[in-house]
Amino acid sequence: MSDTDFFNELWTYFIAIITVVGMLACALLLWQQGRQKVAAHGDADNTTGHVWDGDLRELNNPLPRWWMWMFYLTVVFSLGYLVVYPGLTTYSGSFGWTSAGAYDKERDALEKQIAPLYAGFTAKQAEQLGQDPEAMAVGGRLFLNNCAQCHGSDARGSKGFPNLADRDWMYGGTAEAIRTSITDGRNGIMPPMGEAIGGEDAARNVAQYVLSLSGRENDPVRANLGRSKFSACAACHGADGKGNPLLGAPNLTDRIWLHGGREADIVQTIMQGRNSVMPVHKDRLTEAQIHVLTGYLMKLSGASEAAAPVASAKP
Amino acid sequence: MKPPDAPTGSGTGATATRVIPIVPVSKATSGKSDGSPELISLYEKHRKIHPRSVSGRFANWRWVMVWVTQIVFYGLPWLSWNGRQAVLFELETRRFYLFELVFYPQDFVYLAGLLVICALALFLFTAVAGRVWCGYACPQTVYTELFMWIERRVEGERHHRMRRDAGRVNADYVWRKTLKHVIWGLLALWTGFTFVGYFSPIHTLGFDLLSLHMGPWEAFWVLFYSFATYGNAGWLREQVCKYMCPYARFQSAMFDKGTLIVGYDTARGEPRGARSRKQDPAALGLGSCVDCSLCVQVCPVGIDIRDGLQYECISCAACIDACDTVMKRVGYAPGLIRYATEATLADPGGSTSLRKTVLRPRVLVYSGLLGAICLAFVFSMWMRVPLKVDVIRDRAMLSRIIDDGAIENVYRLHLMNASENAQRLRIDVSGLPGLSLPEGEQLAPLLAPAQAVTVVVHVHLSANEVLAAGSHPIQFTIQEIDAHDIRVLEKSVFLVPR
Repeated sequence: MSDTDFFNELWTYFIAIITVVGMLACALLLWQQGRQKVAAHGDADNTTGHVWDGDLRELNNPLPRWWMWMFYLTVVFSLGYLVVYPGLTTYSGSFGWTSAGAYDKERDALEKQIAPLYAGFTAKQAEQLGQDPEAMAVGGRLFLNNCAQCHGSDARGSKGFPNLADRDWMYGGTAEAIRTSITDGRNGIMPPMGEAIGGEDAARNVAQYVLSLSGRENDPVRANLGRSKFSACAACHGADGKGNPLLGAPNLTDRIWLHGGREADIVQTIMQGRNSVMPVHKDRLTEAQIHVLTGYLMKLSGASEAAAPVASAKP
Repeated sequence: MKPPDAPTGSGTGATATRVIPIVPVSKATSGKSDGSPELISLYEKHRKIHPRSVSGRFANWRWVMVWVTQIVFYGLPWLSWNGRQAVLFELETRRFYLFELVFYPQDFVYLAGLLVICALALFLFTAVAGRVWCGYACPQTVYTELFMWIERRVEGERHHRMRRDAGRVNADYVWRKTLKHVIWGLLALWTGFTFVGYFSPIHTLGFDLLSLHMGPWEAFWVLFYSFATYGNAGWLREQVCKYMCPYARFQSAMFDKGTLIVGYDTARGEPRGARSRKQDPAALGLGSCVDCSLCVQVCPVGIDIRDGLQYECISCAACIDACDTVMKRVGYAPGLIRYATEATLADPGGSTSLRKTVLRPRVLVYSGLLGAICLAFVFSMWMRVPLKVDVIRDRAMLSRIIDDGAIENVYRLHLMNASENAQRLRIDVSGLPGLSLPEGEQLAPLLAPAQAVTVVVHVHLSANEVLAAGSHPIQFTIQEIDAHDIRVLEKSVFLVPR
């Protein structure tokens, strides 16, 4: 069963017919009821004659006539509504309203409202924003709303999501590099290297060699065996294993392990590869917002490790 | 339009149970008895009611209530407190100021408590004295009273108004009607403006109004409430109570035989009839009712109270005032129409004392409940800590092991100052041995009055502590450094990795 079973044009006509017929039937009913006359109930007790629980009865008071006019009004309103707003088949309404259009309009209005605030920020270099407490407060809020879901409230990341509060940058720590990471996103692909280096056992050797690169405890015999296979990795990570920010290939000689630093983690990384995605944010955030976020991250990573208060609401 | 003579007549009359006749005032029952059934529409044409003005004890009470409620309503937004509007419900920043108190949306429970109190108070007042709320304090009644006063000033007394409405449209008709609607409109605008002034600072709003720079939403709501006031108090009036108001209907369900209602003393009044002041009614075989119909003329909902208790009656006691005036003039004792219970009305001998019928178990239970919940409300307001804390655990990162081997969890603390003073807050964490916050995260930044901040804190579990993997309950303590009574405990969990 596919979507088109439900969304072909025939059904819109089906609904439109039901809608219009329903409205006309309401009007007809009102008109007919308004003209109908019944026998006056005379001097009797003015109830419907139903009795519950021995003495509970239902009064039979007539509805005021103006109330009926309000029902007519609803019919008129719904007709008018269907003229100006989309509702009948694929007719788009004389106002041309769409939900996406309403969203864009609200977004534009908001951006216009906050433009003066951001104008002060964009006038500065991203590196200088760290001295502007207001920019940092705004940056903190932007971070919490847009980045903290993956990178954590303190920006120190977690497994698979890089720490943004240290000085280690996979794609470079310049304002330009950070800005590009946010704007266009990144696709961090480590291909599966199992076949290239010759199976799981070879991968374990390479893992031991990688451990030796950062000076960690390793099996020297296996590490030595792994060294010869490392040429397959060197294309991205460099012969010395120091990585390549242009490719996003991480430095293997430090103590930072995005996907885990145990031998088993490293073997898994080699055998199965890794595929990390930093999503594109240019449609989500304005250039000015990305600028402020860049400044915020530079301050976070460059300055101290102490997490400053990151957000404050207007009193 | 003479009402049926037997006020309690329910037709059959065979059963002993007294049926309260709830009958619309008229319905062309007069004349026509030629056999052919009269045909009527299913819908009732609106008959305009021209209530006659009335003075007396209860009318004075109604005016007292008009003054009290309106001075409070129109005056409150202009009061200042600590340099800001004393009562202000800021929807945009979601801060609700009430004199010394600052409420957040998290304080919604107090609104719920207030509504429970209002509901119980309504139950109690209704059980004791019927629809007194409707008759004296309901905004619908109060504004109708004001609008009718204006109407009377401009258009004259009941018979003038009736003659004008029935007559031709002439210059007098036009200018009086115009003037009336202009004054109504101005009062309604002021009411709408005042109402919006509870939600948008009224001084700014007034300035915007004078300079015609009001925001579109403010303008919309001012006009909306003005229109509602004008329409409800000017045009709809008793129809709101009769056709729309749900309280009117469910209050009737809370009546019993011990409820004070505006009641006509049938035993004393009937048979009614006109008589000369010199004649002895007993000799004529007449009751006290002189059938002057003033009680019908003053009724704002257009009923004849002599037909017994009717669902339209809002218990405003205008007919009591009118009848007492007449009784005094003809030299009879007042109280032919009076606040009485069904029990005392049915037992004119007077062995049932009014006090005893009013102080019945239902009333005592309502009073007890209301008193208890009021006490609880006041107590909880008294004990309310003007600081709110939300602890939000980071979800993306469950836990991590940091350099010294300690386990780290990250939390966001949302700290909300609900007071008029700045707050210096210390954050502590407890619940597990070896739990600590790093230096520099134990003090929250200074919170300005009514300010809220989000603070990110790292909780460390010492590497020396060995705990089972999984979640462990912990507790944050947020303590104001300068005030011991401002202290909030908030629970959370600490995750230990496998």
